[in-house]
Amino acid sequence: MKSKKFAKRAAALAVFLVVMLVTLFLLQRLLMPKYMSDIPEGAMVEEYYQETTDHEVIFVGDCEVYENFSPITLYEDYGITSYIRGSAQQLTWQSYYLLEDTLRYETPKVVVFNVLAMKYNEPQSEAYNRMSIDGMKMSSSKIGAIQASMTEEENMLDYIFPILRYHSRWSDLSGEDVEYMFHKDKVSHNGYYMRVDVRPADGFPEPEKLSDYTLGDKAMEYLDKMRELCEENGIELVLVKSPSLYPHWYDEWDEQIVEYADKYGLDYFNYEKMADEIGIDYNTDTYDAGLHLNLAGAEKLSKYFGEYLIENYDLTDYREDPEYAEVYAEKIRFYEEMEEAQYKELEEYGEIISY
Amino acid sequence: MLFTDYSFIGFLIVVFVLYYTLPKKCQWPFLLVASYVFYFIASPSYLIFIAATTISTYLVSLKLDQLETMQKAWLKEHKGQISREEKKEYKAGIKAKKWKWLLVCLIFNLGILAVLKYTNFAIANINGILEAFHSDRQLSFLNLVLPMGISFYTFQTMGYIIDVYRGTSTAEKNPFKLALFVSFFPQLVQGPISRFNDLAKSLFEVHYFDPKVVSYGLYRILWGYFKKVVVADRILTAVNAIIQNPDTYQGGFVFVGMMFYAFELYADFTGGIDITIGIAQTMGITVTENFRRPYFSKNIKEYWKRWHITMGTWFTDYIFYPISVCKPMLKFSKFSRNTFGENIGKRAPVYLSSFVVWFTTGIWHGASWNFIVWGLMNYVVIMISEELEPLYRKFHSRFRVKDKAWYGVFEIVRTILLMSAIRMFDCYRDVPLTFKMFGNMFAAFDLSALNAEAFLGLGLSAADYILLFICLLVILAVSVIQERRGSVRDIIFSSPAAWKYIVFGVLTIVVIVFGAYGIGYDQSQFIYNQF
Amino acid sequence: MEALMEILENLHPEIDFNTCETLIDDGLIDSFDIVTIISEINEEYDVVIPAEEIVPENFNSAKALYSLIQRLEDE
Repeated sequence: MKSKKFAKRAAALAVFLVVMLVTLFLLQRLLMPKYMSDIPEGAMVEEYYQETTDHEVIFVGDCEVYENFSPITLYEDYGITSYIRGSAQQLTWQSYYLLEDTLRYETPKVVVFNVLAMKYNEPQSEAYNRMSIDGMKMSSSKIGAIQASMTEEENMLDYIFPILRYHSRWSDLSGEDVEYMFHKDKVSHNGYYMRVDVRPADGFPEPEKLSDYTLGDKAMEYLDKMRELCEENGIELVLVKSPSLYPHWYDEWDEQIVEYADKYGLDYFNYEKMADEIGIDYNTDTYDAGLHLNLAGAEKLSKYFGEYLIENYDLTDYREDPEYAEVYAEKIRFYEEMEEAQYKELEEYGEIISY
Repeated sequence: MLFTDYSFIGFLIVVFVLYYTLPKKCQWPFLLVASYVFYFIASPSYLIFIAATTISTYLVSLKLDQLETMQKAWLKEHKGQISREEKKEYKAGIKAKKWKWLLVCLIFNLGILAVLKYTNFAIANINGILEAFHSDRQLSFLNLVLPMGISFYTFQTMGYIIDVYRGTSTAEKNPFKLALFVSFFPQLVQGPISRFNDLAKSLFEVHYFDPKVVSYGLYRILWGYFKKVVVADRILTAVNAIIQNPDTYQGGFVFVGMMFYAFELYADFTGGIDITIGIAQTMGITVTENFRRPYFSKNIKEYWKRWHITMGTWFTDYIFYPISVCKPMLKFSKFSRNTFGENIGKRAPVYLSSFVVWFTTGIWHGASWNFIVWGLMNYVVIMISEELEPLYRKFHSRFRVKDKAWYGVFEIVRTILLMSAIRMFDCYRDVPLTFKMFGNMFAAFDLSALNAEAFLGLGLSAADYILLFICLLVILAVSVIQERRGSVRDIIFSSPAAWKYIVFGVLTIVVIVFGAYGIGYDQSQFIYNQF
Repeated sequence: MEALMEILENLHPEIDFNTCETLIDDGLIDSFDIVTIISEINEEYDVVIPAEEIVPENFNSAKALYSLIQRLEDE
C-alpha cells in the first residue's frame, strides 16, 4: 500500500518535472533573440549546422571574413566549396573553438584565419560574445569558448541556460520571436553577409600611437592552438588580413604576423597592401566608407583569393559533382535573389533596410 | 554570496542533499560546517569575529550555569537551617557575581559591534564638532571590516546570554551547538533574531525527509524569491532614480518615491525572510516569524508588533523592560507622580525608556544620523498617538465608526502613509535634505508633472509598471487570504493534488522569466559598429 | 487582590479581568500597560517585579499576576 502511494507520488513528480523542463525549453526558445530582421550577424554561427554538404575551405574570423569573402563566387568561378564561420568581433579564441566545433562535422583541406582579432587579448563585450557563442551547439568546444570569452560580469550558467540571460526580453517579444522559434531563415551565403550598397571612403583620423605593439599572449596562444589543431588534422592554415581602411592595422602588428608565418611556414597575405593589385576601389567597393567591402569588393577579393587557392592546394572542382551542383544551384539562386532584392530596395528607398 | 546569486542556490542544493543523506547524527554538525563554509566564502576574516562572540558567550554561559548550580546546592545543603535573610543575602551575592559576568560578556561583544560599526560615525561627528570650533585638526577614518550579519548574530547571542542570566534559558553545554545557534546560515544575513528557546529544539533535532514539510519549505522559498526578485529588485530602479536625484524628482515624485520605497522594502525584507524561513523549513527547522502582514496595521504601535517582530520583541524584552522596571526608574516614577501629578507621572518611565529603545533601534539599523532621526521620529509618533488616545476614545464613542469597514481601511492607509513618510530618512542622503524633500513634497506638488512620460523616465517600462501592479494585487490577495483564512499553502495542499504542482510550476516560471536579475538584455545594447 | 483589580480596571475598563486569561496572548495589554502596572504594583505592594518575570505566564490573567506578587512578597 505504502509503496503504491510512493510510486504514484514519484510518477506525479516525474510528470511535473518533464512538463516544467519542456515549458522552460519552449520559453527559452521564445525569449532568445532571433536576429532575423535585425542584426542578421547574430544568426550566422547557428546557420552553419543547416549545411548538407562538406567544405574544403573554412574561414574563421570577424567581420573581415564574413563581409569580404564570398563562397558563392568561389564556387561559381572555381568550383571551390567553402564556408565562413564568422561572427561580429570574433576573438581569436572564439575562432579557435569555432574551428574545433567545425572539425566535429567535417575536415576541410584549408583553413583561413583573418588576423585582425589578434589585436585583442582580453574578453571584450558581452553582446559580441553572445553573437559568437549562442549559436554554437552544445559541446566541449562551446564550453571552452565560453570560458575563454567571459567578461567579469558574465556567468557560465547564463550561456548553458540562455533563458537566464534573455528572460528580460519578455516585454520586447514580437511576432518574429514566435515565427522563428524553431526554424530560422537563411541570412547568409555560406556565412557571407551580403551588402550591395556603396558608401565611398572619405578618410579616417590618423591612427594613434600605441605604447606597446606586442600582440597579446592570449591571442598568440590561441593562434598557436589553431595552428596545432590544423597540423594534427592535416589542414593547411592560411593567414590573411582583409583590405580595409579602418580599424588601423599597424605595421608593427603586421611584422609580428609575418614573422610568425615565416617561423611555421604558413602563407600570410596582407590584402590591405595589395588592394590595388586586387582592384579594390574604396570609392565603389565598400558600403560603409572603407570598413567593410560591399558585394562588388567581396567578389573581387574572392576571385583573387580563389586563384591563389586552386593554384596552391589540391582542391576539387565541385561544379562537376551532381550532388553539389544541385545544392549550389539553390544557393546561387538565393544569392542572386537577395542581390536583386537589395538593389530594388536601394532604388526604392535609397538605402538598404531589410538586410 | 547573496540569496540571489546562482552560487547561493547551488550551495543550497548541496547542503540540502547532504543534510538528508548524511547519517542522522551528523545532521546538526553538518549545518554548523555549512554555516561556517558560507561565512568563510563571504570573507575568511569574518570567522574571527563570529568565533570570538561564540567562545566568549559560551564561557560566560558556563560560568553563569556554574553559579546557578552552586546556589542550588548551597540552598539544598542549608535547607531549613538558615533564615530568610541569610538566604536572601546569599542569593543576592550570587546574583551580583552573575551580573558581573553578564556585563563582561555584553561589553565585550557589544564592544566589538560598536567599534566596528560606529567608530567612523563617531569620528565623523567629532570632526564636525572640531570644524564648528574652527579647529584645523581632523581625525582620520579607520579602515574597519564589518562582518556580514554582525548586528543580527550579536543581538541573537546577547539575547541568549541574558536569558541564561535570567534563568529563562538553560546554558548550552555543547560549544558546537551554541556555535550553530550563533551562525545558522539562512538567518545570518538579515535575521530574524531568534531566541535560543525557540530555535534550539528543532535546530538540533534529527529530521527525516518529509515530502510535505519540504514542499512547504520550497513554496516559502519560491514566494520569497518572487517578492524579492520580481518585485523588489525591479522597483528598486525607480526608487533609486527618485531618491538619488532629489533636484530632478520633486513634489509629487517625492511621494511616488516614498510609496515605491515602501513597496520595495516590504517585498525585499519580507521576501528575504520568507527565503530564510523556507530554507530552514526544508530542513525541518522552525524559525520564528518576523512579519505578520504589517501593512494591515491600524496604528503605529500595531505596526511595530507586526513588522520585524523579532527585533521589536528583542528591544522590548532586553532594553525596554529592564530600563522601565529597574529600581531607579520606579523611584523616578514615584517622584514624577508627586511632582507632575498622576497623569503625566504615570507615563514618565514609559516615555523615558521608549526614548532609549528608539534611539538604539535607530542606531542599530545603521551608523548615521538618518537612522537615529528615523528611530526618534517613530518615538515621537508613538508618543503623540499615545497622548491622543483619550481623544480618539471620545471620538469613537461619539461617532460609531470603529466597526465600519471604510474606517478600518482609512486607518490602514493612514498608518502606511505615516510609516512611509518616516522612512524617508532611510532614503535621502542626509537629515536636512530629508526634511527639505518632505516639505517639497507638498510645496512643489504638481499633478501635471506626474505624467506617463515622467514615469517612463524612472527606468521602468510600461510593461514593468503593469507587471508590478499585478504583483501588488497578487501579494494583496495572498495577504488577505492569510489574514482571513490562514495559511495559503494549507489551502493549496488541501485542494486536488494537481494544484500544488500547477501553482508551484507557474510561480517558478514567473520568477525565472519576470525576475529582474542577470545582465538585462537591454543593458548592453546590440549596436553594430565598425566590427 | 482587590487593589490589583482596581489598578487593572483603571487602566482598561473595557476588559473583564476576572475571567480573561489571555491578556498577553491576545494582545489585550501591551508593553506600555505592563510597565504602568508594574510601577503601580510597586506603589501598592512595595514589590519590584524584575524584567525576567515579565513573561506571558505571569501576565496573562489577573490571577497569575496576583500569585506572582505573592511569590515575590515571600522571597
